[in-house]
Amino acid sequence: MKFDEFRDNDSLELFKKPGGNILLTTIDDIIDWGRSNSIWPLTFATSCCGIEMMATGASRHDFARFGIEVYRASPRQADVIVVAGTIVRKMAPVLKRLYDQMSEPKYVIAMGACAVSGGPFYYNSYSVVRGVEEVIPVDVYIPGCPPRPEALLYGVMQLQRKIKLETMSDPRTADTQRPKKEIDPETDFNNYQFGIR
Amino acid sequence: MTNDQLKEKITAIEPEAVFSENKQYLTLSIPKEKLFAFAEKLKGSEALKFDFLFNITGVDRQKSLEVVYHLDSSVYRHVLVVKTETTDRENPRIDSVCSIWHTAEFHEREVFELFGIKFNNHPDLRRLLLEDDHVGYPFRKDYVDDNIVQR
Repeated sequence: MKFDEFRDNDSLELFKKPGGNILLTTIDDIIDWGRSNSIWPLTFATSCCGIEMMATGASRHDFARFGIEVYRASPRQADVIVVAGTIVRKMAPVLKRLYDQMSEPKYVIAMGACAVSGGPFYYNSYSVVRGVEEVIPVDVYIPGCPPRPEALLYGVMQLQRKIKLETMSDPRTADTQRPKKEIDPETDFNNYQFGIR
Repeated sequence: MTNDQLKEKITAIEPEAVFSENKQYLTLSIPKEKLFAFAEKLKGSEALKFDFLFNITGVDRQKSLEVVYHLDSSVYRHVLVVKTETTDRENPRIDSVCSIWHTAEFHEREVFELFGIKFNNHPDLRRLLLEDDHVGYPFRKDYVDDNIVQR
C-alpha cells in the first residue's frame, strides 16, 4: 500500500490485496476480519491520556462498539498497547518489556503529544523520552493533548483498517511498505540509548 | 496566633534566627549548624507545637544551596517557613530532620537526588525518582545533559 493512500479512508476499504490465490485470500479475509474486530488493549496509561482512554472505554463513547472490547491487565493476552501518556527514561525499559511480552500479532498506538514526540516536554527536559517511537515501533499516531475520545476511536479504526490489509504471506503489509525515516546521526539528537527504529 | 506573635515567641527560643519579609507565611533563616536543635525546639515547645512538616524544597542560589522547610501546627494552625543554606557546592551537608518529622525521609531523598545535598544521619539516603544510573543533579542551575534539547 502506498503511504499517500493511507490518508484516504475510503480507498483503504476498497484496497485490493497483492497476489495470492483465492483460497488464501479468503482465509486472509476471515482472519483479518476476526483480528481487526477483537483488538484487546493492554491496561497501560501513564498520565492524563489514560483518563481520556478510560472515558473512551466507558459507556458514553463505548470503545466496545468497534470490538476493542476488554482491557487486559496482562500483556500476554493483549493485542494492542495504547501508549497513553508521557514516557520517562525510567519507564522506557518497562514499556519495552511489556511490548516484548505481548504475543504476535501486536500493535502499538501512540496516543497524545507526549507519546508522539515528547510533546510539551520536548525541550529542556532531563527525563522525558521524545516519542515512544524511540522504544517500540508505532502503528498509529494520535495527536492531541490529550486527544478527545473521538480521536482515539478514529485512531483505533485506522488500526483496524491497517489490520484488514494483512496477508498470511506478508503479515505486516501496511508496515513494510511504509517509507522508512532516514536517520542522520549528526542531527538526530533523539537517537540515544534505545536503538529501535 | 498572628505572625507577629509567632515571631516574638520564636525569637525567645532562638535569638539567632533572621526573619525576612513574606506576606503569607512567617519566614526565617537559620545557620545550618543550629538547624537540628532549633527544629527540635519548634516541635517540642508547648506554645508552638510544629508537629507537621509539609514540604522540603531545595533551592539553587548559585553561590549557595538552600533548603526550605514548611512547618505547620495541627494544634494551633500556624505555619512557619525555615530556611537554611550551605555554600559548599562540592559536598553540601545539612543535618537531617528525619528523627523529628518522619515525613522528611522521602522529602530529603528527593532533595538529595535533584540537588545533591547530603543529609547527615538520614536512615536511608538513596535515589527516589530518577533512574539508578543517572549522572548529575538535574535541578542545579549548572546541570548539563547531552539528552536535553535547549530552546
